[in-house]
Amino acid sequence: MKHLLSASDLNYNSAIRVLDTARELSLVTDRPVKKLPTLRGRTVVNLFFEDSTRTRISFEAAAKRLSADVINFSAKGSSLSKGESLKDTALTLQAMGADAVVIRHGSSGAPHRLASAGWIDGSIINAGDGTHEHPTQALLDAYTLRDHLNGGVGDLAGKRIVIVGDVLHSRVARSNVILLATLGAQVTVVAPPTLVPVGIETWPCKVSYDLDAELDGADAVMMLRVQGERMIHSYFPTTREYSRRYGLNRQRFERISESGIVMHPGPMNRGMEITADVADAERSVIVDQVTNGVTVRMAVLYLLLGGFPDDSVDSAVESDQ
Amino acid sequence: MNESKYLIKGATLPSGESADIAIADGTFIEVGKAGSLDAAGSTVIEATGLQALPGLVDLHTHLREPGREDAETVYTGSQAAAKGGFTAVHAMANTDPVADTAGVVEQVWRLGREAGWCEVRPVGAVTRGLEGEHMAELGAMAESAAGVTMFSDDGKCVSDAVLMRRALEYVKAFGGVIAQHAQEPRLTENAQMNESPLSGQLGLTGWPAVAEEAIIARDVLLTQHVNSRLHVCHVSTAGSVEVVRWAKSKGINVTAEVTPHHLLLTDELAATYNPVYKVNPPLRSREDVEALRAGLADGTIDAIATDHAPHPTEDKECEWDAAAFGMLGLETALSVAIHTMIETGLLDWQGVADRMSHAPANIGRVYGQGQPIATGNAANLTLVDAATKWTVVPRDLASMSTNTPYKAMELPGTIQATFYQGVPTVLDAQLAQQKRSEA
Repeated sequence: MKHLLSASDLNYNSAIRVLDTARELSLVTDRPVKKLPTLRGRTVVNLFFEDSTRTRISFEAAAKRLSADVINFSAKGSSLSKGESLKDTALTLQAMGADAVVIRHGSSGAPHRLASAGWIDGSIINAGDGTHEHPTQALLDAYTLRDHLNGGVGDLAGKRIVIVGDVLHSRVARSNVILLATLGAQVTVVAPPTLVPVGIETWPCKVSYDLDAELDGADAVMMLRVQGERMIHSYFPTTREYSRRYGLNRQRFERISESGIVMHPGPMNRGMEITADVADAERSVIVDQVTNGVTVRMAVLYLLLGGFPDDSVDSAVESDQ
Repeated sequence: MNESKYLIKGATLPSGESADIAIADGTFIEVGKAGSLDAAGSTVIEATGLQALPGLVDLHTHLREPGREDAETVYTGSQAAAKGGFTAVHAMANTDPVADTAGVVEQVWRLGREAGWCEVRPVGAVTRGLEGEHMAELGAMAESAAGVTMFSDDGKCVSDAVLMRRALEYVKAFGGVIAQHAQEPRLTENAQMNESPLSGQLGLTGWPAVAEEAIIARDVLLTQHVNSRLHVCHVSTAGSVEVVRWAKSKGINVTAEVTPHHLLLTDELAATYNPVYKVNPPLRSREDVEALRAGLADGTIDAIATDHAPHPTEDKECEWDAAAFGMLGLETALSVAIHTMIETGLLDWQGVADRMSHAPANIGRVYGQGQPIATGNAANLTLVDAATKWTVVPRDLASMSTNTPYKAMELPGTIQATFYQGVPTVLDAQLAQQKRSEA
């Protein structure tokens, strides 16, 4: 496995391998010197076409803890806004000898283009592309879920996970549905019908328009960010109505499993999709998600640059071996 | 005059008969049984085993001139047409400046005559600047030297129902036709590909079939109401075929075209995120492809039209949503028609001659084209070797651009010769050296 473009690039074995590797690497984080020499001399480029401080510094910290050289390339403006073309940017990175390119881009499929167009040799890691996918977010969410619900080992078999919000525009939801299903979880997606993608019946999840019907005994509720501007385009009438029907408040939170957790990929709209008291509740693991982001990304860099063992290579992904 | 006399020996006519075809002074001076005509004084073209078709007529071509001469010119585009077996093309109006005045359509028409590779028939814009607000001077374009009969805002839909009604009414004064690019604009804002489970999975904004079907339904009813004539560009969905079929059953004066790519390719290609497969209307599902083929076979869809849309490399070598819509089509159209319609048994050669020559010439009112290969008719003809296959190499195409979706694909049928008004534009599968000189 050379690239990580989609959560579907990971089969069961390779997903478990990433999570187990992340768990081992998390021990490094507890040391006084948080550094391993593994990627010494390798170059990791953070190529961010969209502002995303939290994802960028997470990848930066991950690469640095593995002793890689990190170049932050903040490409203001893409081809869409008549900046430098993706191709020219890729050729520049190739000339610099990038071993891995972590790309965040507003266009769905931009990482796929980078991996398949022949402009660059390095590994491509999708750090969020348009409304397509965000596979490392799904990995850190899976890691967090496993940590809290399964003692940090094994998979998520039988766990009931409810994902709520703007699924249509959410790359986090796409990657999570795929990965959590791969790990055996029972995933339910809840959204107003206007924010459910066409063809969701082909996804490995259940779909519901009624949040209250899905909460009893859930092991985790993952709230997605909902942009207030969506109401301008008639996805829902008002932010108040959205909050009433799909927001996670204290009453709803109390209906999930006693050991159940609340997640959010951030940044949150407090008062919109989640109330402040729930966001700050004890069983809200939103801060853990950030911490786990670093170790999971260390594992991805380690495995992609160090080489995945053959038995976990997914046939859908071209191997460089 | 000997150079301009040709004897095509032993070609197969669309009817299946073998024939000798004698050409002089721009006409078929005699078409007789194979072996029956005297070759004396003529250049002989040995055509045994080759299929003869009347010169192909394209209703939908983007020649890009004036304005985007970096993508295509009238000259290179009409060369590509000749290589594809075409003797007439309709040049769409979305140039820069837009072909919305007599001056611009006459310029394009004149460039076509000077190039001489095929007849170039300008299409006039329906609205000024394609802005969908004010009707362009349709009458002036109709009466210009270009003699425009087809009007289209192609690339954009005439979405305003009142404006569409008025345009349909107005062109009745000079026998014109409105060629509609059927795309409800609000339903397709920022649309990138066919709306389907795949668009949801890929995170690309969907272009739903209903956005096309709703406009076609409205327009056939408007056409009926004002008793005018409508042509529907690049029909792409099974539902659109149903609407057109219904309209024809009611006697509404509507015709429709389908592109070669919608007859062959499906939306699954979008999963590559390679913008060479990005086109408008988008590639659809396998079921749509089957319905389009069936509609073309039973005559619901009248014609194959290429929607040849050249783009410079940089407009395709980028992210999917930043890329331009459109693909090349002139040099592969007949091969795709053979592959999808002849080899499947859906059409015979008579049928292909109809859908690619007779019917489009009639829809575009292209006089002297689309006529049978028969004594006395204008000598517009193409000879295709249907038994040979070729592999599409973008750089080998005559078009200035390379955005073909058929790269590296093996397709049947090589164009061996094209005659435009009695003069070869293609001979031995190459563009003829001797350019047509025309007053």
